[in-house]
Amino acid sequence: MMQSAADMPVWAAIAVAFFLLIGSGLALIGAIGFLRLPTFYERIHAPTLGTSWGIGGVMLASMIFFTVSSGRPVFHELLIGIFVTVTTPITFMLLARAALHRDRAEGNGNVPDKPNRSQPAGEDLGESDPRKG
Amino acid sequence: MSAIILFSAVSIAQLMLAAAMAIASLRMFRGPRAQDRIIGLDTLYINAMLLLVTFGIGTGRVIYFEAALVMGMLGFVATVALAKFLMRGEVIE
Amino acid sequence: MLPYPLLTLLLILMWLLLNGFTRGHLVLGVLVAVFASWAMASLRPDKPRLVKWYLLPKLFGIVLYDIVKSNIAVARIILRSGRRSHNPGFLTVPLDIENHTAIAVLAVVLTSTPGSAWLEYDSNDRTVLLHVLDIDNEAEWRDTIKNRYEKLLMEIFA
Repeated sequence: MMQSAADMPVWAAIAVAFFLLIGSGLALIGAIGFLRLPTFYERIHAPTLGTSWGIGGVMLASMIFFTVSSGRPVFHELLIGIFVTVTTPITFMLLARAALHRDRAEGNGNVPDKPNRSQPAGEDLGESDPRKG
Repeated sequence: MSAIILFSAVSIAQLMLAAAMAIASLRMFRGPRAQDRIIGLDTLYINAMLLLVTFGIGTGRVIYFEAALVMGMLGFVATVALAKFLMRGEVIE
Repeated sequence: MLPYPLLTLLLILMWLLLNGFTRGHLVLGVLVAVFASWAMASLRPDKPRLVKWYLLPKLFGIVLYDIVKSNIAVARIILRSGRRSHNPGFLTVPLDIENHTAIAVLAVVLTSTPGSAWLEYDSNDRTVLLHVLDIDNEAEWRDTIKNRYEKLLMEIFA
């Protein structure tokens, strides 16, 4: 169904392509970091690349595309963007607390056991025994 | 001209998102612990949602947007339930 | 009659965004939003009081700018992580704000920014445990949280 795209102005096509590539590129970088970073608490930072500007870029591209190609303002992609920005912190916080709880219960010495004492993170946090979990 | 730009951008974006999904599922299989697998699942569904939106741009249909919205909502509930299960051992207290 | 006017307005807006703007959907959306806000009132959440609501766009702008900046920083760390160029660590920050809504907003802001994650809040000590990807400039993190976000949030939710 590219015939509606064919009569699109070039600046709009370039803008859509730019935001689309930025968004999906950030999502891919986030996934690569998610694979490469060594500990769980570091890994939790990587997918937020995809959920902040990864989502934002793709949603902006979609908004520009449908606004230009249908000739009227289309904003409903904002809903996905707002929904994801509000919900991902909740899942990450819950998961991080669950991970802290499990690490403390199993006595992995690399997490601070009380919130008012902070220690540097170790290299092999939670991966001392790969059979766990 | 603009059709070529759009087509190539959408194809490259879809390839990158598919690679991100493959990497996320690799981490899901590899683990090593349950919380890593759950974050892998979370990344997997978010990238699948983005892939659906790019399908929407490629075909010019709005129906993919609704599929992406439903996917985001169900994925959020699933991840929260799994995280709660990890913390307490039961989902509904 | 309307316990949560802002919530009602946002629900109407969401209904129209999902269904497209027609007069029929406006009526239906108003009905749904009014009933939903009554349902919300019967749940009795504690009502947040916005004092300086005109500072909200400023907070939004600051957060958007910081997210762009830390996106670039984290992407750089990931792409050269073979050389172990970063130094992750836990960080405990004492907080002065007490309003639950303000703390929730701060948690969402810090977690959705790549490079910092909110782990848990201790309501006895009023400290928060964070994990940051690059702890080398620890003083800068504390300064960002205390002066950049917390001060603004304390003004908004007095």
